[in-house]
Amino acid sequence: MILSTSLNSTSYSFIDKLKAVDYFLIIIVAIIGSMSVFSIYSTESGNFSFYTKNHLTRFLVFFFMFLVLSFVRVSFWYRQAYIFYILGILLLILVIFFGISASGSKRWINFFIMNLQPSELMKIAIIVCFARYYHRIQSSDIQSYKYLLQPIILLLIPCYLVITQPDLGTAILIAGSGLAIIWLAGLNLKYFIYSGLILLVSLPFVISILKPYQKSRILTFFNPDRDPLGAGYQIIQSKIAIGSGGLLGKGFLQGTQSYLEFLPEKHTDFIFTLFSEEFGFAGSMVLILLYALLIYRIIRIGFSSRSFFAKLYCFGFASALFLYIFVNIAMVVGLLPIVGAPLPIMSYGGSSMLSIMLGLGIVMSCKIYSRDPIGN
Amino acid sequence: MIKKTDNLNKNKIISRRLFVLVAAKIGLLGIVTSRLYNLQISEKQKYEVLSDKNRIREWKTPPQRGIITDYFNNVIADNQRVYQVHLSLEEVSNFNNSIFKLKNIISLKEDEIKKIYEKKEKSKPWDTLIISENLSWNEFSKLNLYLHELDGAKPVLSTSRYYPYSNDLVHVVGYVGDATIQDIQNKKKIEENFVPGLKVGKIGIENSKDIDLIGNHGTKRYEVNASGKKISEISYNKETQGENLRTTIDLEIQQLAQELLKNQAGSICVMDIYTGEVITMASSPTYDPNKFTHGISTKDWNEIKNNKLRPLLNKSLAGLYSPGSTIKPLVALAALEYGIIDTKFKVNCEGHDHPYELYGERYHCWKKNGHGLMSMRNAIKQSCDIYFYEVARLLGVDKLSLIAKRYGLGSKVLEDFFSEEKKGIVPSTKWKKQVLEQSWYLGETVITGIGQGYIQTTPLQLCLMTAQLANGGYKIKPNLIYDKEIDLDKIKSKIESEKNKSVSQKILKDHEFKHYERLYRNQNNLKLVLDAMYGSTNEQFGTSFRSRHKEDKYKFAGKTGTSQVKRITDQDRELDLDLDEIEYKSRDHALFIAFAPYDKPRYSLSVLIEHGGSGSKAAAPLANKLIKKILDRHELREKIRKDLKNIA
Repeated sequence: MILSTSLNSTSYSFIDKLKAVDYFLIIIVAIIGSMSVFSIYSTESGNFSFYTKNHLTRFLVFFFMFLVLSFVRVSFWYRQAYIFYILGILLLILVIFFGISASGSKRWINFFIMNLQPSELMKIAIIVCFARYYHRIQSSDIQSYKYLLQPIILLLIPCYLVITQPDLGTAILIAGSGLAIIWLAGLNLKYFIYSGLILLVSLPFVISILKPYQKSRILTFFNPDRDPLGAGYQIIQSKIAIGSGGLLGKGFLQGTQSYLEFLPEKHTDFIFTLFSEEFGFAGSMVLILLYALLIYRIIRIGFSSRSFFAKLYCFGFASALFLYIFVNIAMVVGLLPIVGAPLPIMSYGGSSMLSIMLGLGIVMSCKIYSRDPIGN
Repeated sequence: MIKKTDNLNKNKIISRRLFVLVAAKIGLLGIVTSRLYNLQISEKQKYEVLSDKNRIREWKTPPQRGIITDYFNNVIADNQRVYQVHLSLEEVSNFNNSIFKLKNIISLKEDEIKKIYEKKEKSKPWDTLIISENLSWNEFSKLNLYLHELDGAKPVLSTSRYYPYSNDLVHVVGYVGDATIQDIQNKKKIEENFVPGLKVGKIGIENSKDIDLIGNHGTKRYEVNASGKKISEISYNKETQGENLRTTIDLEIQQLAQELLKNQAGSICVMDIYTGEVITMASSPTYDPNKFTHGISTKDWNEIKNNKLRPLLNKSLAGLYSPGSTIKPLVALAALEYGIIDTKFKVNCEGHDHPYELYGERYHCWKKNGHGLMSMRNAIKQSCDIYFYEVARLLGVDKLSLIAKRYGLGSKVLEDFFSEEKKGIVPSTKWKKQVLEQSWYLGETVITGIGQGYIQTTPLQLCLMTAQLANGGYKIKPNLIYDKEIDLDKIKSKIESEKNKSVSQKILKDHEFKHYERLYRNQNNLKLVLDAMYGSTNEQFGTSFRSRHKEDKYKFAGKTGTSQVKRITDQDRELDLDLDEIEYKSRDHALFIAFAPYDKPRYSLSVLIEHGGSGSKAAAPLANKLIKKILDRHELREKIRKDLKNIA
């Protein structure tokens, strides 16, 4: 409330704010959230225990946080954008020294109440940061080398830090989100084409610096039967689970692939697989439709926002959200290599939930304070 | 700071750019959706199968072997309850430890443990290992007591092969043992029904009829998790028992035969002269087939293998012997059929001082003082060698060979039923040219006439020969497994119609005969020979006179034979040693063939005692006891035959 009574010119009554809330978006998030709780419940073979309890708690806490953050003025995010970014970078550096390792990578910092994964926060920070960055730049300047180089450096720092954890999946998502905003801001298409070509040329070099497990995952992606009990196991089992689900699925709590432990990482990256096995093609379509609606609502909010910052943020976040969803689903159906990317809201994991809810909170604040002109 | 116009410009750009992005998103969403459609709708079945393959694992349950009985339904190969201990490998945390613990509870020998480790190497991680197939009740109850300490160990009640008449039938029934790689490769039925620990027939009927006996395995389907742990049983397709087999063997006669052969090496075969049913096929010494069921110990195996009397050899059909004088009725028949001699033809046998001479080579009769002037009947009855030297010379080996083959010599009696059966040798000039690449000498014809020289027969062949003489000269189909197609009445009427069939001279040429076809040219010739055999057993001076039955109903006709193992030198003849004084390996084989009852022949038999001395002393007396038993059981057998026919 302190923030809402800040020095901004536009003032809103509490009723106005409540009226401005996008309830439809909240309902969609709530529905996906409850679906996620049931899915996690299913991974535990219908026992309300550790994972389900944790997931439910996190969802409720962060959902509440999302609602509270909605009432934080959007100008606050504009002003604190670089601080947010720097905080994210600091946390990523902190991981290097104080991080907790799990299954070969160092991604988390212990904050007593939860293990925070700064790279997840960085996914949002980069969007906020870039939205602010381009908010101030005149359209004529965007193509200049100065304004081309700065965001690239801003993007490379977190990507490098995350890749070395190592966490290729999150790094790709951060890079993808950043690039989406650069694109939205209007950078000439030729730069994207050039960089695409450069990437293609440097691909052998990139591959040579990949960790052996990353290489094997990529090779396995192209031929899962290369090592059916090793690296290819996840893709094969995931495809079997999804395929055997059929049109209507095996039914809630009836997914044999996950129940009989054939499915790896079913709580996190492969939660869609479990969902799809139990609810089939129809269920998957419903879930994808819900996500599409969510993205649509976010884009709508972007359109209704007055400020360029809010627009850029909403469109950027919507694109990032799409990217997260696409990469995850494409990964579990065998269209992309397994890189380790959670499915927003559905996957088990506090940091991912936190970052999505934080992102949605900022979106909602864009909606509530849509008339705010920013940066003048 | 930011101009309004620029803001408008930027808004325009962002909208355009967003449009492109949304289009891309819709495109990507389309790809994901079509992929899901492809997986879940188009290829659903494929993935369903894969999912079931994942979660469902099949365990084969062992098939039950069929039971084998004798003709009278006495069980001669049974399935017996056994106590076993199995080790489920996926539940074992430390294999070495488990074996060590088991060793202390049940007695496992070092070589058994070695075998277990070898088996383990070949097993899959979810396989079940059979640690011991046959535990004593004590071991089994002790095992149950300590079960909580043995993870993965399972006490199992199973069945295994058991031969109630252990030694008496091993050469007929055979035994079972673990299926080898070769067994699995050779027989599809075994491959299809293979489960670890499956027993397959190794020799005998168990081997020959394995495909019928083995049965079909059952299938238990379990749902398993990713680590292979059974979660629940989904279905159980029960195993089935193999076909039960009725043999033609008469257990009691078989047992008597084995008893008569006890402590000697030899064979006794008994056959129905019409149906060809092998009623007894005894071979001595024998061994216990039960020892092979769970793998024979090295000690027991060596004992059997090193026995000088060769228990592993099925002497009835794999032992080759010169037929000796048992060939004489056939030689006489051949000479009569070809018209070489008639009943008036006589040869003088003058003893060792005046032996039969051919091109300077001397051929002696077994009787030192000679038989005097011999007719055919007397020559068979008293088994005069000189007479048959002369008849053989006149007949020639090729004609003799033709008739001998016709009556069952020189080919496998049971065809390919037993892999170990031997064909023997019926020599001819052509045979010698082909096999030995030498020309035939007349002297060889002469000794072939008394069943010596190249000629080699199995006891079962001699039994078949006797049967086909005694039934009046008709080809029969020997069999060991009850076959409802072989019907006594049909055979008899077929023979009756054959009897009146007119035959041409072609019958004396080489000719392929069908079953129950007549083999002779003139029936009187056969009658003469059979009558001579009657004389041999029932008249004074007959070689088996001492073994005769006085009671009419047991009266039989026979022919003794003494098969030389080595050439008798003049010195041997001079010494004329008693049997006891000759080294075992150099003693003659004693042979005897017979059929009974004489007036209405029905059964033929052959007796062979390896190194038993003379046929009349060692072999014929056994026939006396056997024939009584065979004829006493005739009514019973006929009753069973009728019953079986009615069922069919």
